Amino acid sequence: MTWIFGSTKGSADNKIEAAMSELVPEPRQKPAVPMKPVGINSNLLGYIGIDTIIEQMRKKTMKTGFDFNIMVVGQSGLGKSTLVNTLFKSQVSRKSSGWNREEKIPKTVEIKAIGHVIEEGGVKMKLTVIDTPGFGDQINNENCWEPIEKYINEQYEKFLKEEVNIARKKRIPDTRVHCCLYFISPTGHSLRPLDLEFMKHLSKVVNIIPVIAKADTMTLEEKTEFKQRVRKELEVNGIEFYPQKEFDEDLEDKTENDKIRQESMPFAVVGSDKEYQVNGKRILGRKTPWGVIEVENLNHCEFALLRDFVIRTHLQDLKEVTHNIHYETYRAKRLNDNGGLPPVTAETEENHESNL
Amino acid sequence: MASSEVARQLQNDNCRPLSLSGHVGFDSLPDQLVNKSVNQGFCFNILCIGETGIGKSTLIDTLFNTSFDDRVSTHFQPNVRLRAQTYELQESNVRLKLTIVNTVGFGDQINKEDSYQPIVDYIDAQFEAYLQEELKIKRSLYNYHDTRIHVCLYFISPTGHSLKTLDLLTMKNLDSKVNIIPVIAKADTISKTELQKFKIKLMSELVSNGVQIYQFPTDDETISKINATMNGHLPFAVVGSMEEMKIGNKMVKARQYPWGIVQVENENHCDFVKLREMLICTNMEDLREQTHARHYELYRRCKLEEMGFRDTGPENKPVSLQETYEAKRHEFFGELQRKEEEMRQMFVQRVKEKEAILKEAERELQAKFEHLKRLHQEERMKLEEKRKLLEDDMIAFNKRKAATELLQAQAFASTPSVSLKKDKDRKKDPGFRLELLCFDVRDHEIVNVQEQSEREKLERDRISHREFQK
Repeated sequence: MTWIFGSTKGSADNKIEAAMSELVPEPRQKPAVPMKPVGINSNLLGYIGIDTIIEQMRKKTMKTGFDFNIMVVGQSGLGKSTLVNTLFKSQVSRKSSGWNREEKIPKTVEIKAIGHVIEEGGVKMKLTVIDTPGFGDQINNENCWEPIEKYINEQYEKFLKEEVNIARKKRIPDTRVHCCLYFISPTGHSLRPLDLEFMKHLSKVVNIIPVIAKADTMTLEEKTEFKQRVRKELEVNGIEFYPQKEFDEDLEDKTENDKIRQESMPFAVVGSDKEYQVNGKRILGRKTPWGVIEVENLNHCEFALLRDFVIRTHLQDLKEVTHNIHYETYRAKRLNDNGGLPPVTAETEENHESNL
Repeated sequence: MASSEVARQLQNDNCRPLSLSGHVGFDSLPDQLVNKSVNQGFCFNILCIGETGIGKSTLIDTLFNTSFDDRVSTHFQPNVRLRAQTYELQESNVRLKLTIVNTVGFGDQINKEDSYQPIVDYIDAQFEAYLQEELKIKRSLYNYHDTRIHVCLYFISPTGHSLKTLDLLTMKNLDSKVNIIPVIAKADTISKTELQKFKIKLMSELVSNGVQIYQFPTDDETISKINATMNGHLPFAVVGSMEEMKIGNKMVKARQYPWGIVQVENENHCDFVKLREMLICTNMEDLREQTHARHYELYRRCKLEEMGFRDTGPENKPVSLQETYEAKRHEFFGELQRKEEEMRQMFVQRVKEKEAILKEAERELQAKFEHLKRLHQEERMKLEEKRKLLEDDMIAFNKRKAATELLQAQAFASTPSVSLKKDKDRKKDPGFRLELLCFDVRDHEIVNVQEQSEREKLERDRISHREFQK
């Protein structure tokens, strides 16, 4: 199969070329598009260039930048801020270890959202970390997930309002929570009632990734047993954490996600932002009298798995599930409750009837 | 440049920039995004407008290196129609759903006033379908088959002079709805010098008439130079052909003439390669984005405003679409109720009218009945009277008969007829009696005949009266 793309000219044309040079531009550079060899095409007789759309799309998305909003929920002292710092390798959250004891424990759950701009490899990301101090810290913790649920729904509402405008912005700012890391206390026994309640309520509105915090307090056997018990409890209570079984698109996804769901999750993590010298390398870790716990060592803890899962492989998917499923559910519910935002055409009457 | 713009915008949102101390890994994000899109597949829709026989189908075939459709249309179409065909192409791992929409019968009619209208309607219909999907309560935008037209290739006849009026009119009506790329078809009929002049003339005509054709974007530094040069080459002069000839040692697509061979992919001969590159390799994504972000948004805005929604209320306060919809809903329900009332009123009215009519009819019938009854009564009474008379007559007659017979019997014993007659006559009218006294016995038969006929009449009356009574 032959393809002529750009510069080759037959020898017969050279003479004509000289005469026409005023009209023909100088042989220009080939565009910076990867020339793929002709693949196995069923109905194409040569290379056209359709697959360059990938490159075009990549360039476009890099130009516009990305938004990512991650929420961390858990009782205080579980290492939430440290973990976020470790995940994004920078001082994203101010740790509360320097917390003055005289500062009051917040009476209700507060929601603090802090935005950062980080750049790597030409990709700009607006990262927003949403912290929830005060969760689970009171004596009576009833309904302490309600402010969180309210916050999440408020973000959906904001997006909906923007989307429904007549003159819309070119790029609607996305403040919806894409991922919620829920920190489980490493008791070694089972989930607490508060954990179950929270996850039951919120797994329907946001992607929840349960994480076992401070995993360096458990030995390997304790860890595997605890994980099994937690998984079982979540299943028994009908809590669907991310990646949800029902949203697996094809077999490939399903097998991959099944493996994660049934073996690795919930990730038992250790966070640290201090570097130590181990075997001549500087790595992140925690120094204890009996050794250094390496954060990125898969034998020590599962931090690397969590990081790869959330950032390197499933970041886009988290955003898409939030947009296509959670947001759409919210929108449908909202519009149905409000009597609908029906298209005002002949269909309106039918829609109204169905809404009534 | 673009990236610093983004940085400025992000910084304005009260975000502080952070520096990373190690490799986090989110630079794979574009790859993740691209992988997802590749799994879903892409859509691209091309609309070709041009007169019949100008080479639209051939050019598309040449562009995508496939034979799409072999049907040749006639010149005798009564009006302009659009024919859309969808094809699935695959190259390496990219799946493309390509839809080609051709105009059939464009420029063939004697009266071309309405030629552009079906095209505008088609484009609007695609936007409308997308808008409807977006406004639905339960929607599935991510697996919606996007049929909005991303690019319109407008084929200009190679007259060498200028644009036709039809071309100008059509392009003027379409430039706010779709990305237009004008191409000069059958460019091998124009010589190089003429082509240059023609292009300049065309562009100046387009500019002076305010037609906005698609400009290749020049904001991304990697492709801005290319795009800028290409912008100077518009409209592209193209030649299409699917026939292959051997030139040198390669098979190339070409058209053979007695005086030479026109090679399609030779940049000296025509701008086909430029068109292909611009359309597919460099700007396909941008075309799709422009369609969605500019043309579709414009359509949506106009449509919603037409339906009466505003972003700001009468006091210039921002009104949410929600509230507007609520108000509309109330209005709508009010309408419904009013209409219902109207219908009910009308119904009641009609019922009343019908009732009145029926009553009238009833009354009439009643009157008729009474009338008939009265007539009947009168008839009866008359007949009763007659009967009575007749019966009286009968009785009188019988009496006289008896008396006559008696007298007859007596007469046989005494003198004849006179007294007989006297008695007999006494039965009848007194006036009549006198006359009969003079008669003979012979006349008795005549009298009897008369009596007989009268008796028969009486009988008949009585029978008919009885029948009538029945």
